[in-house]
Amino acid sequence: MYSEIVMDHFKNPRNVGEITDADGIGEVGNPVCGDMMNVYIKVDNDKIADIKFKTFGCGAAIAVSSMLTELAKGKTLDEAMKITNKDVAEALGGLPQNKLHCSNLGADALHSAIKNYMDRKAGKIKDTAKDREEHVKSREAQACYCPYCSKEVQEESPFCIFCGTEISHEHDH
Amino acid sequence: MGVIYLDHLSGTPLHPRVKEAMIHHINTVYGNPVSDHQVGQMAAQALDTARSQVAALINADPGEIVFESGGTESVNHAIKGVAIGMREKGNHIITTNIEHKSVLNSLRTLRLLDYTVTSLDVDPHGMVDPAAVEAAITPGTILISIMLANNEIGTIEPIAEIAKIAQKHKIVCHTDAVDAVGVIPVDIKTLGVDLLSMAANQFYGPPGVGALYVRKGTRVWPLLDGGMQENKRRAGTENLIGIVGMGVAAEVAKEELPERLPRIKALRDKLRDGLVARIPSIIINGHPTQTLPHLVSVSVKYIEGESLMLMLDEEGIAVATRSACASGSLRASHVLISTGMDFASAQGTLLFSLGRDTAEADVDRVLEVMPPIVQTLRDMSPIYKKEHTT
Repeated sequence: MYSEIVMDHFKNPRNVGEITDADGIGEVGNPVCGDMMNVYIKVDNDKIADIKFKTFGCGAAIAVSSMLTELAKGKTLDEAMKITNKDVAEALGGLPQNKLHCSNLGADALHSAIKNYMDRKAGKIKDTAKDREEHVKSREAQACYCPYCSKEVQEESPFCIFCGTEISHEHDH
Repeated sequence: MGVIYLDHLSGTPLHPRVKEAMIHHINTVYGNPVSDHQVGQMAAQALDTARSQVAALINADPGEIVFESGGTESVNHAIKGVAIGMREKGNHIITTNIEHKSVLNSLRTLRLLDYTVTSLDVDPHGMVDPAAVEAAITPGTILISIMLANNEIGTIEPIAEIAKIAQKHKIVCHTDAVDAVGVIPVDIKTLGVDLLSMAANQFYGPPGVGALYVRKGTRVWPLLDGGMQENKRRAGTENLIGIVGMGVAAEVAKEELPERLPRIKALRDKLRDGLVARIPSIIINGHPTQTLPHLVSVSVKYIEGESLMLMLDEEGIAVATRSACASGSLRASHVLISTGMDFASAQGTLLFSLGRDTAEADVDRVLEVMPPIVQTLRDMSPIYKKEHTT
C-alpha cells in the first residue's frame, strides 16, 4: 500500500514535537476528516532554523508531516513558500491515490505557519482561535452531509440511508 | 515469530479438514452436477452432501439452502429477490442504520426502482428496538431486513422477536447472519426468519462461497437468471470446490463450537479487560452482554486507527480498523456514528477478532505491545495535548 520511504518516515518520524516559543504556527485539517496537522517554525535571518510537527492522522499523514519538515528545514522563507503538497508526495516516492486528497496537508500547514510568522512580524494581532475555526469550516465542506438529518452520507448516494430523503448532489466540491 | 492474526471477521484461515476435503475433491471430481452420467452424478452427490452439512449447522432442511458466491450475493439475492417477487404486494422495506454495505447498497439500487426504505436508528449499544420495527410497518411493507450480529461492534440484535412481529404482519423477514453463523449457535427454528445469509469464510471455509437459507414457501426471485441450478433459484454452474469446503466447514463448526465458544470468549474477555486496565481514554463499543464472543471493538481517543493498525502490523499483529482513512471511502464508519459516537473518536477504532488458533500468549503479547504504541501516537497528536491541558 505505502512506499518504503513512506513507511520509513511513518515508523521513524523526524522532527516530532512542539516548539514552545515558536515564531509561527500553522494548523490545518480537523480530526472529523481524519487528519489534523500542526507545524511550528523558528525563523532566523529569514531562514527556517527549526521546525517541528504534531499530527493526528493515518500513516500517510504522519509520513507527509515528517518529510515536509525535512524539506523545509534550512530553507529561506521564499523557498519554503514554493514547496507544494505535490513536492512532498514525490519526495515520499508517491502516495496512494485516495490519500493524495486528505492526508497531503503538509505544505498547507507550512505555508500557514509562515503566514502566521509574517503576520506577527507585521504587527497584526492574530486571533488564533478564529483562524482555526476557518480551517475547520473549509475542511468540513469537503464531506457530504444529508441536508435534512445532518448525518454524513456517501458522495454518490441518491438518498440518505439515515432518514431516507432524496439528495441532490449540487454542492460545490 | 509468526503473525498473530486477530482479524477473523475479515476472513478465517481454512480449517485443516476443509483444506483436505477440497484437495480430495479437486483430485477426484470434475463433472457438472446437472449431467446425468456417472461422472456428473459424483459431482451431484458432493453437492448434496455439502447442502446437508450446511443445513445441519442452522437446523434447516437441505432443500432450503441455496449456494451463492458469498455473503454479499446472498444478501443481494434475499433483498432484491423479495423486492421483485413481492412487488404486487407493496414496495416498502424496513432496515436499520448499521447494516453491512451489501444491504445498504442493495436498498440504494431499489430506491432507484421506486421502492421506499425506512432505516431505523439504534441505541448507543447498537441495539434495534423491536417496537420501532413494528411501528414502521405500513400496508405496503414487503420485507424487514435486519442483521443478526453487527460486523463492527458485535451487537447481537433481537431477531427472534423481530421475526415474530414480521410473521404477525405476514411480512418476509431476512437476517444478514454472515458474522454470526459458525461463530455462535444459530438455529433457524428458534430464530423464525424466512431468509438468512451466511458466508463460509467466517467459519474456516473458503472465501467466495456462501449460502442463502430460504424457508419453504418464501417467494424469492432469482438474482442470476439462467439454468435450473439450485432448484431454479440461482442459475450458473456451482462453485463445487468452494461448496465442498463450505460443507465441511459447517460440519466442523457444528462439532467444535461447544468447545471453541467458551475458550475464545474467555480470551476475548481477557483482551478487552486488559486493554481497559492498561490504556486510558478508550471506549469499548457494542453491547456489554449481547455481543459476538470473538470480537473486541475499541475506539482509542486522540489517535487515528490506520496508524495504530500499521504500528501493530510492524509488531506482527494483524487487526482491522474502521477509521475513515482506511475505509477506502474516506468516511467515518456509519455504524459507529449511528451509535452516537463523535467523528474524532470513531477515527481511532480497532477491531480485534479472535479465532480457534488464538492462544493466550497472543493476547498477552497484544496487551504488552499496544499501550506504548498508543502513547507514542498520542504524544504525536495535537488533539491529545489540547484536551489534556484544558
